[in-house]
Amino acid sequence: MSQVIVVTSGKGGVGKTTSAAAVATGLAMKGKKVCVIDFDVGLRNLDLIMGVERRVVFDFINVINDGIRLHQALIKDKRVEGLYILPTSQTRDKDALSREGVERVIEELRQEFDYVICDSPAGIEKGAYMALYFADEAIVVTNPEVSSVRDSDRILGILNSKSRRAERGEPPMKQHLLLTRYDLDRVAKGEMLKLEDVLEILAIPVLGVIPQDDMVLQCSNLGLPVVLEPKSTAGQAYMDAVRRLLGETVELRFTTPPKKSFVNWLLRRTA
Amino acid sequence: MRLKDLFALFRGPSRTEGSASAAKQRLQVILAVERPLTRGQPDFLPLLQREILEVIRKYVPIDERKIKVEVEREADMSMLAVSVELPNAALSRVI
Repeated sequence: MSQVIVVTSGKGGVGKTTSAAAVATGLAMKGKKVCVIDFDVGLRNLDLIMGVERRVVFDFINVINDGIRLHQALIKDKRVEGLYILPTSQTRDKDALSREGVERVIEELRQEFDYVICDSPAGIEKGAYMALYFADEAIVVTNPEVSSVRDSDRILGILNSKSRRAERGEPPMKQHLLLTRYDLDRVAKGEMLKLEDVLEILAIPVLGVIPQDDMVLQCSNLGLPVVLEPKSTAGQAYMDAVRRLLGETVELRFTTPPKKSFVNWLLRRTA
Repeated sequence: MRLKDLFALFRGPSRTEGSASAAKQRLQVILAVERPLTRGQPDFLPLLQREILEVIRKYVPIDERKIKVEVEREADMSMLAVSVELPNAALSRVI
């Protein structure tokens, strides 16, 4: 049974594309057949984050409008078996996404893939609506910061009222919170909203908490999905989230600060 | 503990300390207002305001602009605050 998952947030710059790339790659590492689609028409970036920008020949929009076959546009990842990227157009605009066209492509992908990950653009315009419309599940990427939480709340309202499931009166879309850029030091100082605060406000179950990690930028510099860097704490937290998505029970990590004991301090000093 | 932290101890709480709780509170308030508007539920506040005004008007002459209806949402309770400013004349007559 194929699952279509939208990675969305409302606000820009919170880590949607990084998360979509990490989750898609993680699922493929777990043996699933996965396709990740870029819905940000005109501002494509998933190809860069996945490190396949030089291999784009045809794209999602060509498949919808120009009679190009899906398999001509899909890019097979060379690092992880079963992982495919469907890039979007850099020159067209969001009007090129017709609902019928998107539906046709997603239905075709459902036949072949275990997971179809839709990387949504920021905002609540056509591209974002198209990315979420056909989804069975949603990963809402949120930063512990007021504007991001407010926008996530708005997106949750849209998921519940504007998706195909909502319009057809089907069971509501499964929604997951992915809290990214979580800075434990700042949370400990009371300078940053903590997980519990965000959970209380948004009232959806947590899929993962991704710690603030400098490796994320380094991975994007290299076009490497962060889960492929085992030293990255963000990568490890994304893998935990992937396992939860697959139904495993995995305890949250990186949500409590390391104890500040003298021994720990000494260990860190001598390490 | 670094030297910087030692100084921080003597300086006392910084200005930004605890700003997370302000963030939470502000979010709860604004979302309580926005959710009815964005989630397709009926926004009952304007109607409530009009009806309360009509009831009070039956007894005292009041200015339409002197009535305020607010909803505040805290962690475990919601508060509906209605404040009505009565003209001095009206008040003395009631008492």
